[in-house]
Amino acid sequence: MSPFDKLRVNGKPGYQTSPLILSLSKDEQRYFQLNKNISYKEINDDVIDAMTRTGPLYYVVLAIVTILTLLLFFLPWIYQIKVGQGVTGLNNPSYWGVYLVNFVFWVGVAHAGTLISAMLYITRTQWRRSVHRSAETMTFFALIIAVSFIMVHMGRVWNFYWVLPYPNQRTIWTNFISPLMFDVFAIGTYFLSSLIFLYFGLIPDIAAIRHRSAGWRRRLYVMLSLGWRGTDREWYIRDKAYMLFSVLIMPLVVSVHSIVSWDFALGIVPGLHKTVFAPYFVTGALYSGFAGVVLLISILRRVQQSSAKYITERHYDRIGITLLALSLLWSYLTILEIVMGLTSHSSFELEHLRYKLLNPGFAGLTALMIFSNTILPLSLSIRKVRVSITCQFIISIFILTGMWLERFLIFGTSLPRKFLPYAWHDYHPGWVEIAITAGSFFLFILMFMIFMKIFPVISITEVKEEWTDS
Amino acid sequence: MSRFLDKLFARFNIYREPGYYGKYDYKWTIVIDLDKCDGCEACVIACHAENNLPIVGEEECSKNRAFNWIRIERYVEGEYPDVRVKFIPILCQQCGKARCEVGCPTYATYHNQDGLNVQVYNRCIGTFTCATYCPYDVRHFNWFSYKWEAPLEQQLNPDVTVREKGVMEKCTFCIQRIRAGKDHAKDEGREVTDGDIQPACVQTCPTGAMTFGDLNDPESRVSQLAKSERRYRLFEDLNTDPSVIYLKRVMKQTKQ
Repeated sequence: MSPFDKLRVNGKPGYQTSPLILSLSKDEQRYFQLNKNISYKEINDDVIDAMTRTGPLYYVVLAIVTILTLLLFFLPWIYQIKVGQGVTGLNNPSYWGVYLVNFVFWVGVAHAGTLISAMLYITRTQWRRSVHRSAETMTFFALIIAVSFIMVHMGRVWNFYWVLPYPNQRTIWTNFISPLMFDVFAIGTYFLSSLIFLYFGLIPDIAAIRHRSAGWRRRLYVMLSLGWRGTDREWYIRDKAYMLFSVLIMPLVVSVHSIVSWDFALGIVPGLHKTVFAPYFVTGALYSGFAGVVLLISILRRVQQSSAKYITERHYDRIGITLLALSLLWSYLTILEIVMGLTSHSSFELEHLRYKLLNPGFAGLTALMIFSNTILPLSLSIRKVRVSITCQFIISIFILTGMWLERFLIFGTSLPRKFLPYAWHDYHPGWVEIAITAGSFFLFILMFMIFMKIFPVISITEVKEEWTDS
Repeated sequence: MSRFLDKLFARFNIYREPGYYGKYDYKWTIVIDLDKCDGCEACVIACHAENNLPIVGEEECSKNRAFNWIRIERYVEGEYPDVRVKFIPILCQQCGKARCEVGCPTYATYHNQDGLNVQVYNRCIGTFTCATYCPYDVRHFNWFSYKWEAPLEQQLNPDVTVREKGVMEKCTFCIQRIRAGKDHAKDEGREVTDGDIQPACVQTCPTGAMTFGDLNDPESRVSQLAKSERRYRLFEDLNTDPSVIYLKRVMKQTKQ
């Protein structure tokens, strides 16, 4: 129970006006005192300054990123739509390539946002407060990119809406047995809920900055803040709704990536047809998602000087512990996956494992994956490494690389070695696939850069609460 | 509860049970006698001519993107002087429990009343799922919109569509000939009998290794051949229930 609950007048929260504050104990009085180091005004100023004061460097970087996104993501995609899927390196047995690797990767990255926002909110974990907005934004944008990769992957993308079940003049219905249909619903639900969740968190922040802005910003904020006045009742309702949403959104963390894994596990391709896939993918998703959060907040600290005040060693320490735990779990499931293959008594499965672990090309990649996902993160057990931002930054880059490789190894080694040896054919990504993959990262950076200047990336409300609480 | 479920499933299964489509209910089957097959690839050429398959060229073929709805797979056993070559024609097995049908989100591939997996090109959005799920690798994707040069477009079969880029396709058991044969039989007020319908590959096979017919008819040639001791089906342990039956006499390996 928080001390706020004691301050109810006629059953309604009334701590702002209530004289009851004097009747509180010493500890509880301290609870309401402002932190001496940072005042509410300073937090407001910091966040708004970060949004509105833009140096020339920002525009230079923005221009470069925009050009790179166009050159690497959109132009190759348009070229591919115009010419056909043949510009990729896909071939007859290996129909799934880098595009689906990227899709799984980005859905995975999207997972930490919900975990940090919802799960840690329910458990009242304090350190989430200053990083949760970045994580939620990451979720939302990563999902946009994941969905766009499904479209990049499709042969006739202009018909993508045929997977949506609605009464239509084509008199065809969608196939609800298909795992791809599960995907449509799982990702659609996740997309909408993470958008609403992000918006719920943003409302008080937008309201706080709307008075200090002018021009189009003011019009936008006034519209988006939905007439928020900050009354007790509004806070009460918002907190209720936020909590309710946290509970609703939490099962999605597990369900979305399980369903993504079923796309592959429900086929009978050796190497993909495994029951361990759902927990394996969920763990991998959270793992890469947390690494993504570390990467994002480290860059944020560097480019926005003020955020260094709010994202401290304490946060890095806690995230480091989480990363370590996820690393151990992921390693366990990886070993389990290999052992399941070895004990399957299926020659197809054994051939897939031989190809994955002993083939010189893939053996190197497998070794790199094990190194960056299992061995390197073990160093996070040392506190010095955890609190060092540089160390964590480097480790997260390795983890993200390793997790991308994990997905690549799943597709790259199972599909080229399907059942009939005559049809076996290796898969090498084409230049269009590599360009679009690289371009997707620039697209992510571009979206985040624009978001960062329009909305507060550090939650004003939650940071104030955190400084008050501690 | 279970009775309710049984009722529910019965409503769905009615479309799958033989007899629902009355006298037009067939189970098309191809029996391939591997002891007769000499691997001449005439069936491959016939299929290309019948079904408007594009010729993709050397470079695309080296990427495993050749359009062979039926292909002769060659397997070489042993070291050079003592070499054994085995070959087997692989075409769409028209599985009774097809994996590809499970994968497709838009019903572009579905099971029709004759037990065939039908591919509807217009519904296909190219998610590749069917091809990935297929254990026989018999599905082929239109990587580009293929063109036929000036006089060659005259030889395209008007009964078969020319597919555009981004669409999956596969062996149909020459469904255009099946439709024509069934229509013809219907006009004469009888059921389709042996020899009414012949897919291009069966028609062309010079050694008569391939036989096409209705497995539901106990008198048909395929039903007789399917009783053979030599019969087997490809990857039967995967529980896909294929409609293509191979006949092969398993010989004892003699050491030299």
